[in-house]
Amino acid sequence: MADMQDYKSSLADVTSRKFETFSYLPEMTDEQMRKQVEYIVSKGWNPAVEHTEPENASGSYWYMWKLPMFGETDVDRILGECDACHKAHPNNHVRLVGYDNYAQCKGTEMVVYRGNPV
Amino acid sequence: MAKTYNAGVKEYRETYWMPDYTPLDTDFLACFKVIPQEGVPREEAAAAVAAESSTGTWTTVWTDLLTDLDYYKGRAYAIEDVPGNDEAFYAFIAYPIDLFEEGSVVNVLTSLVGNVFGFKAVRALRLEDVRVPIAYVKTCGGPPNGIQVERDKMNKYGRPMLGCTIKPKLGLSAKNYGRAVYEVLRGGLDFAKDDENVNSQPFMRWRDRYDYVMEAIQKAEAETGEKKGSYLNVTAPTPEEMYKRAEYAKELGAPIIMHDYLTAGFTANTGLANWCRDNGMLLHIHRAMHAVIDRNPNHGIHFRVLTKMLRLSGGDHLHSGTVVGKLEGDRAATLGWIDIMRDSFIKEDRSRGIMFDQDWGSMPGVFPVASGGIHVWHMPALVSIFGDDSVLQFGGGTLGHPWGNAAGAAANRVALEACVQARNEGRELEKEGKDILTNAAKSSPELATAMETWKEIKFEFDTVDKLDVQHR
Repeated sequence: MADMQDYKSSLADVTSRKFETFSYLPEMTDEQMRKQVEYIVSKGWNPAVEHTEPENASGSYWYMWKLPMFGETDVDRILGECDACHKAHPNNHVRLVGYDNYAQCKGTEMVVYRGNPV
Repeated sequence: MAKTYNAGVKEYRETYWMPDYTPLDTDFLACFKVIPQEGVPREEAAAAVAAESSTGTWTTVWTDLLTDLDYYKGRAYAIEDVPGNDEAFYAFIAYPIDLFEEGSVVNVLTSLVGNVFGFKAVRALRLEDVRVPIAYVKTCGGPPNGIQVERDKMNKYGRPMLGCTIKPKLGLSAKNYGRAVYEVLRGGLDFAKDDENVNSQPFMRWRDRYDYVMEAIQKAEAETGEKKGSYLNVTAPTPEEMYKRAEYAKELGAPIIMHDYLTAGFTANTGLANWCRDNGMLLHIHRAMHAVIDRNPNHGIHFRVLTKMLRLSGGDHLHSGTVVGKLEGDRAATLGWIDIMRDSFIKEDRSRGIMFDQDWGSMPGVFPVASGGIHVWHMPALVSIFGDDSVLQFGGGTLGHPWGNAAGAAANRVALEACVQARNEGRELEKEGKDILTNAAKSSPELATAMETWKEIKFEFDTVDKLDVQHR
């Protein structure tokens, strides 16, 4: 068994800040991200893109990028909006949401571009 | 025409056995598994159960004639064989809704599982399932928040939530206890949990525990940027004391408290659920004593009934069993009562022990909580069985990590996210679990170490309470 390691996390170290689902995994490759988008589409959820300055990530409301893409099933278009949001706000976290209008709740939500930690 | 009074003992079936009765949508329905005394015919035993759980007593009394007993009586309307059990049969009984006070689980249980369980004409009796009419559901408060509201409050989407019961279950000082909470939360869990045995003992009084646990929550939130909670157990000797603790938890800004609904009782639980609804507090429900009531396959109350009673009484989380861990749990039956917790309509399904359709209308759902003897190797099966709307709790499986709580928590969080990611990609978790975890461990030494520590542990005892299926 490997030698005991310290768990590196602190208030001072900004890389300790997480952002919920999938933030404990390495950043996804394009191919992996595409599969998550396919999952959202397959569930019949409405994709939406949101972004925020990393220092304001803890609030309930991030900035909406345009409106949710109601009824959109084209994975390339959805990925394209994530990318456009990232290009417009390169230092921000960008997250993809799947709105489940039957549960009246987000079905899932994941950060697709990780902003510069602060 | 008015009836005349004839004193004496009548056979129950003359009054309470009504095979031609068609239950009303507003009736409470119950399915009892009955083992009658030798020589008692099934119809008589079924009618006796209907009588003793509703209007009847052992002899005719003149005051029976001052009311419309034919309206108020319970009616045994069907009898069925129990698959694989020759001495038992199912008795189906319908009760008119007016037998029960509105919004009172207590009143419902006092009738349905009251004196009748000690009744001499039956050797053993088990309440297998009930159908609560939607008209009655609407009189009950139910879960104070429900699944969607909790997700919004806790900001957790697209995955099960993760928890951990702090151990050792008894004996820690408040400050050391807070340390253990802080470590699991900073490592990536969403919730820590008081053990059910922790109330307010001499070694750790409740107020001190709440203070240190809140400090732990606040620091872990600042450090990780994520929302955190810790179920503060408010179970107490008296309702007054319970509310005092709940008020203090609210004053501190705690997001969630917990209660033991069977040992504390349904009156206390329903009151606390109402308080939680009024105060925006999440409510975690533990089920100590359930196995005393639900484990014997021939006598007692099935857990699916206790589940329905809790959903009516109110709670946002309820322990459900794990299927895969150290505690009892038949997979199909567990899946049945998980649906009863979460869904708005559950269809009759004998393959899962569900005897009636159940319509909950708009009553919020309850998160099932899988807890007890589980660790990272169980994660693929747990995600597959429970899905996103669940809380997976690793006690020993977090705290027992060789590098400590934070590393144990991180191992569980990485394993969970890897399983959710793989599931979303369309992979079969229970088949490919090992590959998925092994791959995730490449970027997480905490997970790699957890996998090495626990790989040999298995719990493969046979289940005592199985579904009734043909075995001949």
